[in-house]
Amino acid sequence: MSEKTKVMVVTGTRKGIGRYLSEYYLERGWTVAGCSREASDLSHPAYHHYCVDVADEAGVRKMAFDIGRRFGGVQALLNNAGIASMNHILLTPMKTTRRVFETNVFGTFLFCREFAKLMQRAGGGRIVNFATVATPLRLEGEAIYAASKAAIESLTQVMARELAELNILVNAVGPTPVKTDLIRSVPKEKMDALLARQAIRRFGEMRDVSNVCDFFLHPDSDFITGQVMYLGGVG
Amino acid sequence: MKFSLAEVQSAVASAIDELNQSRPADRQIGKSDETVLYGAGSVMDSLGLVNLIVSIESAVGERFGVAITLADEKAMSLRNSPFRSVGTLGAYVHQLVNEAE
Ligand SMILES: NC(=O)c1ccc[n+]([C@@H]2O[C@H](COP(=O)([O-])OP(=O)(O)OC[C@H]3O[C@@H](n4cnc5c(N)ncnc54)[C@H](OP(=O)(O)O)[C@@H]3O)[C@@H](O)[C@H]2O)c1
Repeated sequence: MSEKTKVMVVTGTRKGIGRYLSEYYLERGWTVAGCSREASDLSHPAYHHYCVDVADEAGVRKMAFDIGRRFGGVQALLNNAGIASMNHILLTPMKTTRRVFETNVFGTFLFCREFAKLMQRAGGGRIVNFATVATPLRLEGEAIYAASKAAIESLTQVMARELAELNILVNAVGPTPVKTDLIRSVPKEKMDALLARQAIRRFGEMRDVSNVCDFFLHPDSDFITGQVMYLGGVG
Repeated sequence: MKFSLAEVQSAVASAIDELNQSRPADRQIGKSDETVLYGAGSVMDSLGLVNLIVSIESAVGERFGVAITLADEKAMSLRNSPFRSVGTLGAYVHQLVNEAE
């Protein structure tokens, strides 16, 4: 490994935005350690896949341990893994609620806790968490999902203050709808109504997400922490 | 017990050594069992304790090949926190290392 190789951890890399971000940063010379519950078919010499459920504490700890041993430190973490539940609150099963919070909130927390330690060893790092416009838009039908992402915003803001002393900066990106499996089951009328509430009325593209990540990861962004940046003019 | 208390104490001591390298001369952390780690009588602030915990976890990982998290529920709920002194912390790390797979 060359002196300059930087190590990034991305969660939820099997498909969707996480898959795109892995390929995007691999192309830009990062070493990427990714995870998802299932195996990945992404094959690249600098890509390392871990089959880990982000909510499994022992699994996350083992992944961090292995990455620490292999690479020493970690410079960036993208907490992309997430699931949604779209249901009227009166029709939302407790099991779904638990799963959404486990994946989105506890997963984000566990990765921040374990990988901030590896960033501390590397002299600092950048964490990008994944929020959503569903939170500021108070989207009906997405109470649990929006609440879990609101928790991620709070985590981001408080962690930013706690970790600043360790030179670890923590921000969040809040995408609008981006065409992935996550939103495939949302009816067209609902989607159109949602887009109509954005200042810029189009779907988000993958590049819109990587653009915000690029900004948070940029060396000159060393005075930026605790921020939640929404796409599409929402918020 | 797979790993002896002495081995674990020596890993804790090396983590303290590592941390002391970046601390001013008048704020060095002692290595004796009685050294107070936080509260009145400690030379460390909360950031110092965080750094110490990270160093110990990583020293233990390197030496014994096991992943431990010191911020364990048991530790946080114990009336007598294992983070009181170097001695109590060493004993606690010893227990965690031997419980880890
Ligand atoms: N797409 C959108 O419209 C949109 C809008 C706003 C925010 N976001 C956010 O963007 C992020 C990515 O969404 P996406 O659209 O790319 O979703 P996606 O296409 O459904 O992909 C989700 C990814 O996360 C992984 N994953 C899910 N649960 C996991 C778990 N418990 N442990 C480990 N990995 C897990 C999945 O792999 P496995 O199934 O193999 O685990 C998959 O790779 C999410 O945080 C989402 O909330 C998306």
